[in-house]
Amino acid sequence: MLHPDKHGYYGEFGGAFIPEMLHPNVEELRNNYLKISRSSSFKKQFSQLLKNYVGRPTPLYYAKRLSKQYNTNIYLKREDLCHTGAHKINNTIGQVLVAQQLGKKRIIAETGAGQHGVATATVCALMGLECIVYMGEKDIERQAPNVARMQMLGATVIPATSGSKTLKDATNEAIRDWINHPDDTHYIIGSVVGPHPYPDMVARFQSVISKEIKKQLKLATGKELPTHVIACVGGGSNAAGAFYHFIKEKKVQLIAVEAAGCGLDSGRSAATTQLGTPGVLHGSKSFVMQTKDGQVTEPHSISAGLDYPGIGPLHAHLYKSGRAVFMSATDEEALSAAFELSKLEGIIPALESAHALFALHKMAFKKNDVVVLCLSGRGDKDLATYIKSI
Amino acid sequence: MIMNRLDILFAQKFNNILNIYCTAGFPKLYSTTAIMLALQQHGADIIELGIPYSDPVADGPVIQQSNMQALENGMTIELLFTQLASVKEQLHIPLILMGYINPVLQYGMENFCKAAAGSGVSGIILPDLPMYEFDKKYKGVFKKYGLHAIFLISPVTSSERIKKADELSGGFVYAVSSSSTTGSVNSRENIGGYLKRIQNMKLKNPLLIGFGIKDKESFDEAASYGAGAIIGTAFIQHIAAAVDINHATAQFISAIHGN
Repeated sequence: MLHPDKHGYYGEFGGAFIPEMLHPNVEELRNNYLKISRSSSFKKQFSQLLKNYVGRPTPLYYAKRLSKQYNTNIYLKREDLCHTGAHKINNTIGQVLVAQQLGKKRIIAETGAGQHGVATATVCALMGLECIVYMGEKDIERQAPNVARMQMLGATVIPATSGSKTLKDATNEAIRDWINHPDDTHYIIGSVVGPHPYPDMVARFQSVISKEIKKQLKLATGKELPTHVIACVGGGSNAAGAFYHFIKEKKVQLIAVEAAGCGLDSGRSAATTQLGTPGVLHGSKSFVMQTKDGQVTEPHSISAGLDYPGIGPLHAHLYKSGRAVFMSATDEEALSAAFELSKLEGIIPALESAHALFALHKMAFKKNDVVVLCLSGRGDKDLATYIKSI
Repeated sequence: MIMNRLDILFAQKFNNILNIYCTAGFPKLYSTTAIMLALQQHGADIIELGIPYSDPVADGPVIQQSNMQALENGMTIELLFTQLASVKEQLHIPLILMGYINPVLQYGMENFCKAAAGSGVSGIILPDLPMYEFDKKYKGVFKKYGLHAIFLISPVTSSERIKKADELSGGFVYAVSSSSTTGSVNSRENIGGYLKRIQNMKLKNPLLIGFGIKDKESFDEAASYGAGAIIGTAFIQHIAAAVDINHATAQFISAIHGN
């Protein structure tokens, strides 16, 4: 199932569990997102910005030494080469254009590591819109360079001081802001999470990733379908984009890699499908890491972008239906994969993408397999963590 | 069949109904039953107990903090029902529960409704359960246990949805007086117009007005547009550091009543 039903359900997951105060905003979006994004003026603006501003298409790079290492054929989809350093901007460009069409003057966003916050601040600067980014107080401390980037781009960064003071709470604060500003504000959610239509809208804007992969692979190999597509999953936006045009192609094996943190049994993990149970978080039904009483628990991952106790409903459905294989990589495993790629290919990956890279260790590929791995972001933001391991 | 206490109340009293909200397990784990009895003794008409949740997105900072405190204290749905059982015989005024959907789903909706009805609860507010989901999945189980669902409407709710909320609600409809999280007092202007518009719709249920009410003046103003009003944040603040809960509750209610 590629698209949700009209109530936002992918199988049993999804929906729109929102307070009534948010209903008009979400309804407005639900009634208009397809109409707007299918209009020829939107398509033209979106594709031009992706080309000239983001730098798309991003290369599909045949990683020769990495392929040799795993005795197969590995292609890296270089989302790390997007403007601002990650795939996040594909979605923020799409949403800011939708927001403009809806006449919104004020943009809010949540951010964990700061990548989505930077991508949002960037498009707001580009469009001359007011930008407020909610970020957990703890994340503000550990991601200082991205806080500075957002501020330099003209955004106001507001610390989320409630609860665990991380991404989950930043999202709560953004939702509260939206409740308190029902008329002029659009909330740019950064992943395929949230109430319907967000998971579908964000997946569509990110689907450019797999659209390009198909085209590029055809040029490189003569066939447009790989045997495997691998991506990391926190909320799941880069995975949704990388899987999108392959979901209906049953021969393509989809592999989602979650963050195991210190290990699945350590109590400090973020592998939501492995440790979570069905529940409702941030407006949709999905797998949620929670206590037996339904209190959402605090996840852990070395990668702030995967440090989230939920997962998008599309991924919950891909997991439950068996369409995608879910695996996980620990903090240590991700670090080792990041160093391996740096040394073999001269590419320093983001810690999030490093989780996807570790899946190469866990899989047994055939020599003729064609493996596409979504390198969702670059590692500059993670240097402080990497330096400790040098 | 026993009549729902909310229906009895609204059949007898038509204005200035005072509904006071308190987070269960706050300020202390075992404060709640004492607060309930004090509210009843000193003249509250309805008690609304909040089930604490880790991510209460519709609530402002004061109620969020009370949720955190209650969870740290160890409050759970299970324990709350045990506590409610201990005061069931002494409580005569309507009791409603307010909670977010996730903890209720983990408890199980049928189990929850059954235990609530057995504990003397008359109505349930689940602010992040949309009307669509309730209508499709849970209406039957509420009815089975004689519980009213109470839905929220706000200044940005369309007339069509207000009618739907009225149709699905029992007891009363909860009119949020400004489009905001609990405790906010922004955009006071135009509230009169909004509430008058609702009055003119001639809903089947009475209206209680909530959010941002903190004293006699704001209570009287809000209550004048419906059957009464709901106070949460101001009460939580008042009892947060109270040494004598009974005295603090008496003091709070008499200030609202202007005695």
